[in-house]
Amino acid sequence: MRFTTKSMALALAGSTMLAGMAQAELTGDLKIFLDTSNPAPRATMEKMIGDFGALHPGLNIETTVIDREAYKTQIRNFLTADSPDVATWYAANRMTPYVNAGLFEDVSDLWAEPEIAENLSSTKGAMTIDGKQWGVPYTYYQWGIYYRKDIYAELGLNEPANFDEMKSNCQAIIDSGRACYTIGSKFLWTAGGWFDYLNMRTNGFDFHMELAAGNVKWTDDRVRATFANWRELIDMGAFLENHQNYSWQEALPFMVKGEAAAYLMGNFAVAPLREAGLSDDQLDFYQFPAINPDVALAEDAPTDTFHIPANASNKEAAREFLRYAVSADVQTEINNGDNLGQLPVNASASVDDDKFLNEGFEMLSANASGGVAQFFDRDFPAEMAAEAMQGLQEFMVIPDNLDDILNRLNKVQERVYK
Amino acid sequence: MTAPNPAPATRSWYKRNEIAVTPWLFLAPAMLFFAFYVIWPIYQSIMISFYDWDGLGDATFIGMGNYVELMDDGAFEVSLWNNLKWLLFYLLAIPGGLFIALFLNQTVTGIRLYKSLFFFPFVISQVVVGLVFSWFYLPNEGLLNGVLGLVGLGPINVLGDPDLATYGIIAAGLWPQTAYCMILYLTGLNAVDPEQIEAGRLDNAKGWKMLWYIIIPQLKPATFIAFVVTIIGALRSFDLISIMTNGGPFGQTRVLSFYMFEKALSEYGFRMGYGAAIAVILFLIMLVFIAYFLWSMWREEKGR
Repeated sequence: MRFTTKSMALALAGSTMLAGMAQAELTGDLKIFLDTSNPAPRATMEKMIGDFGALHPGLNIETTVIDREAYKTQIRNFLTADSPDVATWYAANRMTPYVNAGLFEDVSDLWAEPEIAENLSSTKGAMTIDGKQWGVPYTYYQWGIYYRKDIYAELGLNEPANFDEMKSNCQAIIDSGRACYTIGSKFLWTAGGWFDYLNMRTNGFDFHMELAAGNVKWTDDRVRATFANWRELIDMGAFLENHQNYSWQEALPFMVKGEAAAYLMGNFAVAPLREAGLSDDQLDFYQFPAINPDVALAEDAPTDTFHIPANASNKEAAREFLRYAVSADVQTEINNGDNLGQLPVNASASVDDDKFLNEGFEMLSANASGGVAQFFDRDFPAEMAAEAMQGLQEFMVIPDNLDDILNRLNKVQERVYK
Repeated sequence: MTAPNPAPATRSWYKRNEIAVTPWLFLAPAMLFFAFYVIWPIYQSIMISFYDWDGLGDATFIGMGNYVELMDDGAFEVSLWNNLKWLLFYLLAIPGGLFIALFLNQTVTGIRLYKSLFFFPFVISQVVVGLVFSWFYLPNEGLLNGVLGLVGLGPINVLGDPDLATYGIIAAGLWPQTAYCMILYLTGLNAVDPEQIEAGRLDNAKGWKMLWYIIIPQLKPATFIAFVVTIIGALRSFDLISIMTNGGPFGQTRVLSFYMFEKALSEYGFRMGYGAAIAVILFLIMLVFIAYFLWSMWREEKGR
């Protein structure tokens, strides 16, 4: 009996893909919690939820948008106490505590459906813990070096292809009285981005993941090699001075004013840079150059996700919402330049015609053979990430403290990965 | 002729014990709240501090494990030292407040305006104070370095320098705290007995001697309150640190309350047991002062 209804539902779902979503009526309440508190993402999400509601008039949808920073602490409370039916979160290690505590619903059944299995396979690894999937991705974005094309042109520089070119470019920029890279490390994670890239370029993606998994000591010579490369840049004065005082947003004006030539950042930096007056003629993007020619290029591309809390009351409707949110059309729509301005995860979705999105999509699909990492604070366990990013900031300010920092991180590593 | 009194036994229990019971009835709500919102959480914190717990899963009893780890934790040591710096330097608000209050206690035209200017920092939020001082300290554009540049002193990055940052934040905190102490002293100065001053004048006391022997002793109650609020303010310092440096650069401006927050509640934290252990240490430090305050109040009461 059960088998037949299920197969019928599947058959129905299959046919409705063509027939325009006229399937079994969903009823009851659907509570959705979002951390997309910035104006544009918020509007995008609310519109998407509205469209979903229009398809399911029997469903009473209630959306709560929580400030992104506050969400990170509140999620622990609402997952245990007053759980919504759908909640946003992040992929990889950031979801481990909730998976381990049994607070996220196993959605492997969704991933078994061909529609999702085929189109979302690129992020399946990031959503998998213990061989099961715990959520679905709705967007991701590339990281890379955003630079002032006009300054590079003025100095006669090209996009660097390797570390030597990167350094010689940088020397020319410094000689012209600017900083090569702006960065604001007050909230630490920006330094994690630099470490991700330097380590993945020096030792490769697999080594980086071994370190994240706690299988390599921080005092390992290969990690030291990464820091030695970093130190070359620090010693030549490549980074903005006093970066420990600024947040990532406060570091933007240095690039806008032309006091710094480039910024290693996620694609979300493009919008504020454009708003600050940089045109697409002035602003351009390149992939972080190779350092060790023997390792394949790997990239950071953090993925934002939807999850169903284990205590959700309307899991059927929640699953339907997840299916809707990852479908090709919706992914194309919510990720376009007017909305999130990021990359759709669904392989059948199309990328909006935006210079940076196109370059990012091209890079991630054709030139990231090494692998795609999430980001320092999502790949490493939270506690390790917190200590390490603090050490990375210290290294950037006082590089001579390296031994001390690495020994400290070893100690934390021993405790965190029991 | 008197009617026989009803036997005492028929009077209700409450009527018989009214005098003894009533004060406790009035105290009961306060005591209940105190037990529920103060004593019970303290007990809970102490219990949690013996566990390894991420706030979600099962808690594992580890005895003194968290405290043993604290002994060996560099960040905890830094926080402890910073708390000590806060305690010491924050006390500067008391003499500062006193002198401003003396200055404002004159009869000059426009004194109301000056007074309100000095009231100002106390009124605005700590968050705003933190932002204003962050801008003041900015390494290039900041007012501080502008002024230093005029006299030929080099730019300093107060909040970015691990050795200076804590002092920079304390200086920012002193601004509103001094205003607070000033308010306390202005009220105290109103109660100073003019006859004693007159008598002091006749005995040829003026200037510092007048202040030291006649005025300050009369301000003792105000000084006591100023001392209490300043000590508590120093130990509770959190918002300025969070706004101005977020504990950085590399954790050098943390104090115990901030470190506790980081370990237990922040984005990467959630070591509830460890955070609780820090809270217990902070509580023990506060207990020293609380005991001293209670003792001096009790002595004061008895003296009367």
